[in-house]
Amino acid sequence: MAEFYGLRVNGTNREVVDAQLGESLLFVLRERLGLLGTKGACEQGECGSCSVLLDGELVCACLVLAAAQSGREIITIEGVSPSGVSTDVQQAFVEAGAVQCGFCTPGLVMAAHSLLERVPNPTDTEIREELSGNICRCTGYGRLIQAVADVARVRLSNGVSRD
Amino acid sequence: MGYPVTDSEVLIGRRNGLIGDSVIRPDGVEKVRGEFRFASDLPMEGALWGATLRSLHPHARIKRLDVTPAWAIPGVEAIITAEDVPGKSTYGLIFADQPVFASDVVRYVGEPIAAVAADHPETCRKALAAIVVEYELLEPLTDPERAVDGSHPPIHPDGNVIRHQRVLCGDSSATGPVVVEGSYEMGMQDQAFLGLEAALALPDPGGAGVELHVATQAMHEDLHQIAACLGLPEDKVRLVLAGVGGAFGGREDLSLQVHTCLLALRTGRPVRVHYGREESFLGHIHRHPATIWMRHHATSDGRIVKIEARFLLDGGAYASTSSAVLVNAVTHAQGPYVCHNAVVDGWSVRTNNPPCGAMRGFGVVQACFAHEGQMDKLAAACGLSPVEVRLRNAMRTGDRLITGQVIENVAPVERCIRETDALPLPDEPIGGYGDDPMRLPGGAGLTADRSHIRRGIGWGVAIKNMMYSEGFDDYSTARCVLEDGVATLKFATAEVGQGFVTIAQQIARTLLGVDEVRLDRIDTTIGSAGSTSASRQTWMSGGAVDMACRRVRERLFEHVGQLWATDPIRLVIEGDCVVDTVDPARRISVSDATSGVRLAETAEYHHPPTEPLDENGQGACHTAFAFVAHRAVVDVDPQLGLVKVVQIATAQDIGVALNPLSVIGQLEGGIAQGLGLAVMEEIVMQDGRIRNPSFTDYLLPTFLDMPAVLASLIEEPDPRAPLGAKGVGEPPCISVTPAIVAAIRDAIGKDLHRVPVRPQDICL
Repeated sequence: MAEFYGLRVNGTNREVVDAQLGESLLFVLRERLGLLGTKGACEQGECGSCSVLLDGELVCACLVLAAAQSGREIITIEGVSPSGVSTDVQQAFVEAGAVQCGFCTPGLVMAAHSLLERVPNPTDTEIREELSGNICRCTGYGRLIQAVADVARVRLSNGVSRD
Repeated sequence: MGYPVTDSEVLIGRRNGLIGDSVIRPDGVEKVRGEFRFASDLPMEGALWGATLRSLHPHARIKRLDVTPAWAIPGVEAIITAEDVPGKSTYGLIFADQPVFASDVVRYVGEPIAAVAADHPETCRKALAAIVVEYELLEPLTDPERAVDGSHPPIHPDGNVIRHQRVLCGDSSATGPVVVEGSYEMGMQDQAFLGLEAALALPDPGGAGVELHVATQAMHEDLHQIAACLGLPEDKVRLVLAGVGGAFGGREDLSLQVHTCLLALRTGRPVRVHYGREESFLGHIHRHPATIWMRHHATSDGRIVKIEARFLLDGGAYASTSSAVLVNAVTHAQGPYVCHNAVVDGWSVRTNNPPCGAMRGFGVVQACFAHEGQMDKLAAACGLSPVEVRLRNAMRTGDRLITGQVIENVAPVERCIRETDALPLPDEPIGGYGDDPMRLPGGAGLTADRSHIRRGIGWGVAIKNMMYSEGFDDYSTARCVLEDGVATLKFATAEVGQGFVTIAQQIARTLLGVDEVRLDRIDTTIGSAGSTSASRQTWMSGGAVDMACRRVRERLFEHVGQLWATDPIRLVIEGDCVVDTVDPARRISVSDATSGVRLAETAEYHHPPTEPLDENGQGACHTAFAFVAHRAVVDVDPQLGLVKVVQIATAQDIGVALNPLSVIGQLEGGIAQGLGLAVMEEIVMQDGRIRNPSFTDYLLPTFLDMPAVLASLIEEPDPRAPLGAKGVGEPPCISVTPAIVAAIRDAIGKDLHRVPVRPQDICL
């Protein structure tokens, strides 16, 4: 059963060795590649804690077969701010009080970045709809919505987008 | 002071700050970057995986347990059962009635029977599947009424009634011209913390001891129980708090702790155990389902004369904290209202349903749902508004509860109601703005018809006790070290997301005039901080940190007094300096004053003692109380049974906002959980089995389900609280549930008496 295959994660080619072929991308990222920022909480794609970008598309890593993703570009929370400087979204989450226990946070940072790339000026309802695949049990979402709205406003007033 | 929560000016967190500032979390940056290590993020070279075999039946005798086939699977390193528990075979927070592993009888679906350690989670799964268990099925006790009436034989040596408690007060024959009566029912709610149960156990050489890194709510409560079961002295068992992904009561009891330690001690290797979501539903306790009957007697102008009530809480298979949950329920039956006569009877009972215990609100959620339903009935019977009937009965400081206890706390019930009432109602028209289907009940399902939607408004007001009760001395311990201008705090307070770590730093900065406050590892190398529950850590551990910092400050003043040959009583902290109040030009920075000096103090904070209840439920059993009001606005499609909560307004008695940003986070988060209980969250039981143990089937509020929240923080410092601040964690989730249900009743004119309110409850 032991196999090896390659994955491209956060711009780097990684080899996955001694893996079982049935392992999810979530398991491989965490247990084979040591990328522990992506969290598992439901293993059914319901909570969004394991959100990563797969060729730019937001997916739940728990629902994706790792061995089938060779050749695709995978971005995890560790790849969002590789320089060590937090992004505007990350900073806004901290300052707006959008983080409590923090377990949902990496997934929500991924989802918020993805939303703001596609919809630079989201309405309240659009923020809610776009992020509704990510469950947070601590905050009641109010500070999260505030943080995302703050980032959108600042980005628009600065006339620039991220990167 | 009002905080409209959309006003970001108030709510942008600062990096450093004092008591009263909206300071950001010290762990916030790590958390947004994915660098914060939770209990599930502790890989270790050579570590094995552990997993648990669980009962498939709610009630059965184990006829045969054969683990030998599992040994044939390559990669299996250990298999343990009840025979391998070297110490005490049972554990429990109040009564040690729950086996580490079932040996003769299983009493609920999911009860642990054996555990394995192996090289891969998949190997564990295969090993569990290979273990042979032959059961003789027994009749399960799933109807809690049968535990009360004695019609089912005992399912445990301790019997089927965990606790019976009544509260008799005043004149039991008192009555009034108005009598309203109702029966209420609450389903089983799950804490549904996102960070699943996880632990890493590291054995000492030769099995002499063990170090457990675990996500828990109560380090020392765990320690006492674990050490007893392992048969090790407590100094050979060391607990380290691993990152905790939420708790809400669900980590108050043990789950995987003893199993993980046993596997590590057996194999001599590190062992990690992680639950999946289904196992988490089976492996931790839940909120008690309740059946409550209440009858209120009142004057014709709506003043309560007497309350009669009967509570039945389903405690499931083991005692957990059921006895304390029951006391909370029966002693809060009157709500935040004056009442001189009461006849209250309550039972928490044992059944073959999943064990129930602590969840945010702890018995008061159940009581409040009933007494608030009653207040609306009383209002209707007397021709009063929901606000007016509550104002007429609102209790104040100095009033006597039905237990005979006098409310010594600040008790701004009337202010909570009036300030909530003063918050604006939503501008949003019925069914939402414009034609946006996302704002309709049911959202983008596009099935709700705008012309059918009705709007309702409802109220809920609550009283909630804080800290432990009935004579329990739940103290907290903290150490403060001041050296070279840096303060270091040490405590065993479980940070579960609530933000105690932030407040602890604020306290030290404020008292010691330092900027840098380091937090030592949270572990059991210091005295107990008690549990992160009962809204108690701001008061208790905040009190301990406050006391330790004050003692260090006294030492600092003595030290500077010696340097200056001055009486230390003249010295104060101003900014980052020690200043002589008689000669204010004489000052020295705390940093310079402590250069090369180490000032260390440890403090234990104890709250004032409480009393046990007597057989008639009389006694000053609670430590302190907080109050809150909620107003809900809902849109309902009565034909489809769909509800959209449009707005929640709240005013909460918080004493002092030590960190307004954190307070708002607790208010909104609690409201979301209360909303979930009102309209969607329920562990559905059938014949002792959970039918929906997943996030696909157990519905949690999403971004789309949460309405706008308007909050007013009522700041009347409580002189009995060490920092003037009351706990804020539980009240937000208590009265919001009845407020939402009242709003649905108001919208459709139907008497709803059960939560969660399901579509069929509305439209059938």
